[in-house]
Amino acid sequence: MVRFENVGMRYGTGPEVLRDITLRLDAGSFHFLTGPSGAGKTSLLRLIALAERPSRGLVSLFGEDLTRVTRAALAPLRRKIGIVFQDFRLIPHLSAFDNVALPLRVAGVAEAKLRDNVREILEWVGLADKLDAKPPTLSGGQQQRVAIARAVVARPKLLVADEPTGNVDDAMALRLMRLFEELNKLGTTLIIATHNAALARQFNRPVLHLEDGELQAAAVTRVAS
Amino acid sequence: MSAPGLAIPFGRDGGSRFLPALTLLMVFLAGLALAAVMDLERTLARWDQSLTGTLTVELPAATGAGDKSLDAALAVLHAAPGIQSATPIDRAATAKLVEPWLGTALSPADLELPRLIDVRLASNGHADLAALRAKLAAAAPGTTLDDHQLWLDSLARFARSAEITAIVILVLIGGVAVMSVAFATRTGLAVHRDIIELLHLMGAHDSYVARQFERQALRLALIGGVAGLVLAAAALFALSQATNAVSLLGDSVTLLPPLHLRGWNWAVLAVLPIVAGLVAMATARITVLATLRRLP
Repeated sequence: MVRFENVGMRYGTGPEVLRDITLRLDAGSFHFLTGPSGAGKTSLLRLIALAERPSRGLVSLFGEDLTRVTRAALAPLRRKIGIVFQDFRLIPHLSAFDNVALPLRVAGVAEAKLRDNVREILEWVGLADKLDAKPPTLSGGQQQRVAIARAVVARPKLLVADEPTGNVDDAMALRLMRLFEELNKLGTTLIIATHNAALARQFNRPVLHLEDGELQAAAVTRVAS
Repeated sequence: MSAPGLAIPFGRDGGSRFLPALTLLMVFLAGLALAAVMDLERTLARWDQSLTGTLTVELPAATGAGDKSLDAALAVLHAAPGIQSATPIDRAATAKLVEPWLGTALSPADLELPRLIDVRLASNGHADLAALRAKLAAAAPGTTLDDHQLWLDSLARFARSAEITAIVILVLIGGVAVMSVAFATRTGLAVHRDIIELLHLMGAHDSYVARQFERQALRLALIGGVAGLVLAAAALFALSQATNAVSLLGDSVTLLPPLHLRGWNWAVLAVLPIVAGLVAMATARITVLATLRRLP
């Protein structure tokens, strides 16, 4: 599903923020990405989410070598990826419904078809009564769930989440992680960046650990709960 | 659930406030320039029509030949082929022509005015002007024949210059409009960079983002354009009233030709907001596509 070989990345002409990253995420896998602030977690997730291009090395997603993919051909690949941002990135003037419906509208799904899908997903995250609510009127946890609903509404093959539990209390974090587990059981490949080592331990999933832009040698570990 | 709106909150950037005002000004100026061109063409056509097919024969004032020269010239004109009529203009009427410059203190008898003959050419006939000049000179020495070509040439030059000036003004207005829309679009792209990246990461093609900017540019340009058209129409109406008022002072002191736009002229002007909208739309699209091409 995702394969990196000796990947390096820099922003503009700055120093490399990721160096010699080699990893592989198989279809249906569930990984945590850990590391201190500034280690490069968000940059790695942006590479996986096709928000950035690598400066060097090989990146392959869904069997496509990104060095050979044209810019126009990235759009259909991106539609297979759902992203949960650390800061949610909900569009404030759109309702919860319209925020969640956006990936489907971008993909050209007809309004009549997307309505039931969006309602169902918002119900799944426990926000069936907030369809018309604008993000600024929602709590942090509710906004996070709208962001998750938006990330999964188009049934992505790969879900990338950057600190999805960073802005919510422990109970809500646990609830969100259960939602991710459900998704994973449905076949979605997940990679979740988190500071919360305890949470990663609790879910007993392989952990990729980044330090100063490099994956640690024994990074892929399965931590026993 | 309401109908889906634009994903990009355009109402929150300065370009959304600036573009309608700018389009208003552009359409207003373009409307005035276009109206001037159309009215000028009509006026010139009228002048051309009134001067073409006429000749003026001028007999010198101080020949001492009196009406004999006039009779001889009239005889030549009546005998010439292609002449429909030849009517002498009496001294009082000739004096009236110079009255705006000389005033009314002098009587026609005090003035040594040339005698004029107003000649109308037959619409289907062909007058040999060179032969006619020669015959007139022989019959009444010193007589000149004016076919108004000099005046018509001057008019044509004036018309061409005015048209070129108006077209240059229209092109400049269009250029400024395009640059303004491009600037506003670039500002919008910078202001809404996060949402545009979000749309891209959801799998939106550049054309999807461009369509959002196109719709916004069209809406704003139409709002400004319609307002500009209304203002231009009001200004043109006021101008037509003003030119009429000037001509009411007297037939001989019509300083400005009366502004008179016909139905199709107004129809052309009414298209301006639509043209402004389409230009804004196309500019927004090209600007967005050119800018997004540089993103990953």
